Amino acid sequence: MPPRIELRGIGKRFGDVVANVDIDLAVQPGEIHALLGENGAGKSTLVKMMVGLLRPDAGTIAWDGRVVAIDGPHAARALGIGMVHQHFSLFERLTVLENVALGLDGQNASAALATRIRDVSAAYRLPLDPDRPVFSLSVGERQLIEIVRCLLQSPRLLIMDEPTSVLTPQEAELLFAVVRRVAASGCAVLYISHKLQEIRALCDRATVLRAGRVVGACAPARETPASLARLMIGTAPETPRRRSAPAGAVRLETARLELPAATLHGTALRAVSLQVRAGEILGIAGVAGNGQSELFAALSGERLATWPGAVTIDGRAVGTLGPAARRRMGLCTVPEERNGHAAAPGFSLSENAMLTGRARLGLSRLGVLRRHAAGAFARRVIAAFGVRSAGEDAAAGSLSGGNLQKFVVGREVLQSPDVLVVAQPTWGVDAGAAAVIHAALFDLAASGAAVLVISQDLDELRLISDRLMVIAGGVLTEAGVPDAVSTERIGLMMAGVREAAHASAD
Amino acid sequence: MRVRIEARAAVPGWLPWLTPILSLVCTLLAAALLFTALGKPPGQTLRAIFLAPLLSTQGLSELALKASPLLLIAVGLAAGFRAGVWNIGAEGQLIMGAVAGGGVALATYGSTSAWVLPAMVLAGVAGGMAWAAVPALLRTRFGVNEILVSLMLSYVAGLFLSWLVLGPWKDPDGMNFPQSRMFDDAALLPKLVEGTRLDIGILVALAVAGVASFVLRRTVTGLQIRTVGEAPAAARYAGFSENGTVWATLLVSGGLAGLAGVFEVAGPIGQLIPKLTPGYGFTAIVVAFLGRLQPIGIVLAAGVVALSYIGGDNAQVELGLPNAAVGLVQALLLFFLLASDVLLRFRVRVRA
Repeated sequence: MPPRIELRGIGKRFGDVVANVDIDLAVQPGEIHALLGENGAGKSTLVKMMVGLLRPDAGTIAWDGRVVAIDGPHAARALGIGMVHQHFSLFERLTVLENVALGLDGQNASAALATRIRDVSAAYRLPLDPDRPVFSLSVGERQLIEIVRCLLQSPRLLIMDEPTSVLTPQEAELLFAVVRRVAASGCAVLYISHKLQEIRALCDRATVLRAGRVVGACAPARETPASLARLMIGTAPETPRRRSAPAGAVRLETARLELPAATLHGTALRAVSLQVRAGEILGIAGVAGNGQSELFAALSGERLATWPGAVTIDGRAVGTLGPAARRRMGLCTVPEERNGHAAAPGFSLSENAMLTGRARLGLSRLGVLRRHAAGAFARRVIAAFGVRSAGEDAAAGSLSGGNLQKFVVGREVLQSPDVLVVAQPTWGVDAGAAAVIHAALFDLAASGAAVLVISQDLDELRLISDRLMVIAGGVLTEAGVPDAVSTERIGLMMAGVREAAHASAD
Repeated sequence: MRVRIEARAAVPGWLPWLTPILSLVCTLLAAALLFTALGKPPGQTLRAIFLAPLLSTQGLSELALKASPLLLIAVGLAAGFRAGVWNIGAEGQLIMGAVAGGGVALATYGSTSAWVLPAMVLAGVAGGMAWAAVPALLRTRFGVNEILVSLMLSYVAGLFLSWLVLGPWKDPDGMNFPQSRMFDDAALLPKLVEGTRLDIGILVALAVAGVASFVLRRTVTGLQIRTVGEAPAAARYAGFSENGTVWATLLVSGGLAGLAGVFEVAGPIGQLIPKLTPGYGFTAIVVAFLGRLQPIGIVLAAGVVALSYIGGDNAQVELGLPNAAVGLVQALLLFFLLASDVLLRFRVRVRA
């Protein structure tokens, strides 16, 4: 039988940037095929060519043995290519049925469509009720909508782009069962991820990309996570070891912090109390959208609490002080979004250094910017964190995501803060840079700073934290020491199951 | 041969300065075609518009006289535009500045004190600021769009001025013309060049442009303004207040427009009349963008636009060019400028 889809010698470049070179990839009907690679390895570009969003510069695509030209999303859909996106776009106020209808060409939210949704849900055993409004669904359930939308079109190739990045471990297990049933029905599945464990558990074969090229193909079940990582990264990353320091006095504290949701479907913080001590790294786990951005804003001062004592730094009440005042008290922060939040993309790296460093590093005098001092500081960050850039005058927007991440983390860490709050410290950076960032966080804690890390990457939090807390639905609960708490229990806490929290407290 | 338009990865530093020149060249070419179609000799007409004013002291002084209000207003507006604060009502702020300053001049009529002029200037700045404070208050308090509020207030200001010069402030010996008394000498700006109408307003305008350039590029305040415009979330993160920036830029641009207004009535006009400006407050928006929202660029842009005003008058007198054709030339200039901005973000590639 010919492969369902076969790419031969596919190449794609954007100006001077080479995204894909000579890619060969074949997925058989009924196969779950992993596309594995770090951020920036060229996975997204490759997939965009399969769904008709980009045209290849070189190479051919064959479908069931015949060469085809996928010259638009309609052509891809006509062939039977369906895609489940990492970030799904749903209308929260509409029902499941209405959302599905909107995603299909020329379909009304009819009773007939509702029946088809029920049939498909029953066939693949998806727990999905077409009449429920989307805002009442969990993230995992929302993702099922996207999958049902694809399945209704009887896809012959289903592409899933990092589908578990917003799921709890339990929700991911449910998803895997669905994916296996889809494959068993004869559909080919291309599964994109960089999570090695889930690829080993789920996928029959894997194609590994690095720097735009295929660097290997394997049967993941027969590999170890370390051997897969070596394929993906090129060298085995060296994991820095944590030197546990005895925790000192409380440096950062919130006391029953309340904050209303910033947007209609945001998550309000409810009586959030936490303490971070000198020398300690506190990790806050949670599925995206459970109040992390509100917690970050409340700590950084971008949103103010209603009374001063809600947030204290070294015993000083700062709840009603803005970001600049908190920085002067020793707080540095790294927000999750690099472009436009942590950095202004049109500004040079020097100017971005002045954005947060002007008070602590004395980068301004009498209101006048000290450009040489800022440039020197930017060069220090670039050197210490291996930021690949054209120098301190390069625009922040010209850096790749990973390099900009290194720059903004470095900019805060090198200010020697007394308290550091960092969200997603290693999002999008390669393994080597992640090790540099982790080592910097360890050094900072060892020097007596209090470090709070908000992350969706549970493996990372387990690696670097002294203590874990979980945020779910705007409520923060203690999870304990990473080695003493199971992933299952944390998963239940992330899903907001209160009993798990009580059980872990026993 | 294939022509493709591709997005640029990075903008070369010289390009933002090349495109205004390119658009100026395109304007000259298109204007030449237009004049030919109108049956005017294109070379001679272009010469009358763009060259003749530069060849005499009289022409140059009139040029500077027209350029100074444009420069004052455009520098203030540019600071706001950089921060994403769209003050479209400089025309009204100019008028209220002229009203406040002129009011001082009329109230002190007969006085020879040296304090009259400084008091007028302060009142003029305050008048422009007060008029700009309305959109600032409405935006920061209630989230009302400042474009609409500032624009509409311009018409209110114009009507208010008409009422004043038709009613309470009408010249008692003025044969019932709708205008105020001529101001005393103490209420008039000193002349810069004897025998011309040019006064010291242009020096103040140039100084303001220099200060603004320094503030925008070298100070924390400038960084704040640029950050709020470029990345509002990054500005909040950096501890810059958005509302503070809205207030500051509206007050500064309103104050500078008010200053331009008081300079007009204390300078070339010398009294309050119903139509104080040929639309300086609106033309200054063009000037601000023509100068790339950079004070130094705005100095050049104000010169070019003032030249098209003076030269347009010239061409009307010498060659009987219709007034509308002069307006068209100015519009062509803006059109080509905006069109050439495409080259900033995209590049054209020709392949065989």
